[in-house]
Amino acid sequence: MKGPNSSSDYYRYLTRNIMVIVIVVSFAPLILFGGLVGYQFHTSYHDKVVAHLKELVERHKQNIDGFLYERLANVQMLVSAYTCAELTDEAFLQEKFSMLRAEYGGIFVDIGLVDEQGVQVAYVGPFSLRRAVYSEAEWFKAAVGKPVYISDVFLGLRGMPHFIIAVKKTCKDTEWIFRATIDFVAFNSLVEGTRIGKTGSAFILNKAGEFQTRPPSAPALDKGFYSRFVSGRRLEERGSKVEEVTEAGRKLIYVTTPMKNGEWILVYQQDASDAFSDLYSARRLALVIFIIGGLGIVFMALVLSRRVVSRIARADLEKEMMNEQVIEAGKLASVGELAAGIAHEINNPVAIMVEEAGWIEDLLEEEDLRGSRNLEEFRRAVNQIKTQGKRCKEITHKLLSFARKTDPKAKEIQINDLVEEIVGLSEQRARFSNVKIKTNLAPDLPTVLASPSEMQQVLLNLMNNALDAMEKTGGTLEITSRVEGDNVVLDVADTGVGIPKQNLARIFDPFFTTKAVGKGTGLGLSICYGIIKKMGGEISVNSAVGLGTTFHIRIPKAREREGHAKAQGKG
Amino acid sequence: MAGTVVMLVDDEVPFVETMTKRLTKRSLTIIPAYSGPEALEKLQEHKDVDVVILDVKMPVMDGIETLREIRKAHPLVEVIMLTGHATVETAIEGMKLGAFDYLMKPCEVEVLMAKVGEAKAKKSKHEQKIIEARMREITSRMGD
Repeated sequence: MKGPNSSSDYYRYLTRNIMVIVIVVSFAPLILFGGLVGYQFHTSYHDKVVAHLKELVERHKQNIDGFLYERLANVQMLVSAYTCAELTDEAFLQEKFSMLRAEYGGIFVDIGLVDEQGVQVAYVGPFSLRRAVYSEAEWFKAAVGKPVYISDVFLGLRGMPHFIIAVKKTCKDTEWIFRATIDFVAFNSLVEGTRIGKTGSAFILNKAGEFQTRPPSAPALDKGFYSRFVSGRRLEERGSKVEEVTEAGRKLIYVTTPMKNGEWILVYQQDASDAFSDLYSARRLALVIFIIGGLGIVFMALVLSRRVVSRIARADLEKEMMNEQVIEAGKLASVGELAAGIAHEINNPVAIMVEEAGWIEDLLEEEDLRGSRNLEEFRRAVNQIKTQGKRCKEITHKLLSFARKTDPKAKEIQINDLVEEIVGLSEQRARFSNVKIKTNLAPDLPTVLASPSEMQQVLLNLMNNALDAMEKTGGTLEITSRVEGDNVVLDVADTGVGIPKQNLARIFDPFFTTKAVGKGTGLGLSICYGIIKKMGGEISVNSAVGLGTTFHIRIPKAREREGHAKAQGKG
Repeated sequence: MAGTVVMLVDDEVPFVETMTKRLTKRSLTIIPAYSGPEALEKLQEHKDVDVVILDVKMPVMDGIETLREIRKAHPLVEVIMLTGHATVETAIEGMKLGAFDYLMKPCEVEVLMAKVGEAKAKKSKHEQKIIEARMREITSRMGD
């Protein structure tokens, strides 16, 4: 008997397998696809952002350069338009200065004219710088000899950051320099205005890596760090360069571009996480979705595999029951064939016996034996032989008619006949177990549509169960047939040990048996259940421990053909 | 009925022997045969057989085949099928082929006697009709 334990291991194994396969098959393309698309997206988005930044920086560089050269043009205009004498006149300068300020706001801090010695001969502005000497000043030294010059940012004599625009002016045959100071703050805010996102900011470095505008409040990195932007490139190089750098645990993006003719570098700095914030949040979202989806897949795989396997288990069970039924039917059929063979073999010798007995009887009629003392005894003995011969004949006839009915096709059958047949077969066993069999079969019981051999199986099974229940104690087996509405009802009642309540609900379950191992498959009642159900009927049971058990079988009457059956004289 | 000639056909020798003794005691003339072919042979020899009691299950030539041959060769002879096999179907088939009736082995001798009587009566009636028809035919030829 196949125990349920081994099969549950098998099913657990199957469940796990299905689950693993489903998960792998679902995840593999997901990961592949996700990875591929993600990578593509990441790359192209990254490139786009970087391109955008470069463009932005380029525009700003153009802005700032433009601003510088405009200021330069302003000063050049002034220098070329007026004479040295005019430019030396401070009142004249003041007038021009006011015009400049009126036109361009506080960008111009002051203006002045410096002679070839470096002495400022004329000055207009907020500081008292007339007659200041710039001969040692870096800017002066750099500006001398050049037609135009824009200086780096420096503190200078005034002690505040600023830078100079210088234009050469020839006065008295020597080269003088007309200079204007640009307000650092205004310039700085122009550059600083280049803000994108939360952490994007720009600043300007000179060739030595010194800040020209206010450096970002963020990483307090030393000059050496920034000098890489300068040293790493030839300053004639045009176009912006992008570098991604990780410093102090932060990932930063730097976009640099040379400006002011290569003397300065515009550096744009932003946190990578800020620049790519959209990308990162998209990536996070995708990850969340992936995880949720993944969990969903795993859960689904679990549920699906469980469901599939339970279906499989059910199908296996049904198949097994079917197999058992087929085997039982096969057994019955071979018993039937055997019975037919035996019956025939027995009939002939029995017939001969009975004939001989009859012959003896005939001879006993003859006169000469009439005086014999043993005449009566002869007669009685011979009669007994004939009686027993008749009994043999009945038994073999029952066996033969039983054997005939192993065809599973459904036809109209009379249950009473079947009952009597099976009772006949069980009589011997009943007597042996001290069980009395009583039948209350309703006369004129309507026929039902069923397979005779299957009905035999059911009746035999119920009777055997009843006899088993009364094996040790003996009792009564009562079979009743009656009509109830549209159904033919058969009750098989015994006065045996009964079925305990907790088992009552399970007796029709396959493989359920209270018999010792090897004594029963536990499939008998479940097969009966299946057969009756197939006929469109019902089987139910009542039982009380110690009192007995009754099985009720309800089968619908055979309809339409009822009239036809009556006409044929059946029943 | 006295004078009835009955042929017993069965492959079980003791059965035929005992049956012969009992029926002879009851004034029947019995001709035994132990197989289909033998029965046909003996029927050729003894033209006065009235009833054949034929066992259904016999080796070589079974009851139904023997019955067919008998009906072909000796249509007036009545046949009673004897089946120890409880194969009512075969007996019914035999009756469709023209057997008079069937009996199940082992059978009571009185029942058998009664059936033989009926079969003999039917045969006699039939023979009578043939004779009458012949006479009518002869007399009609003699003129109106």
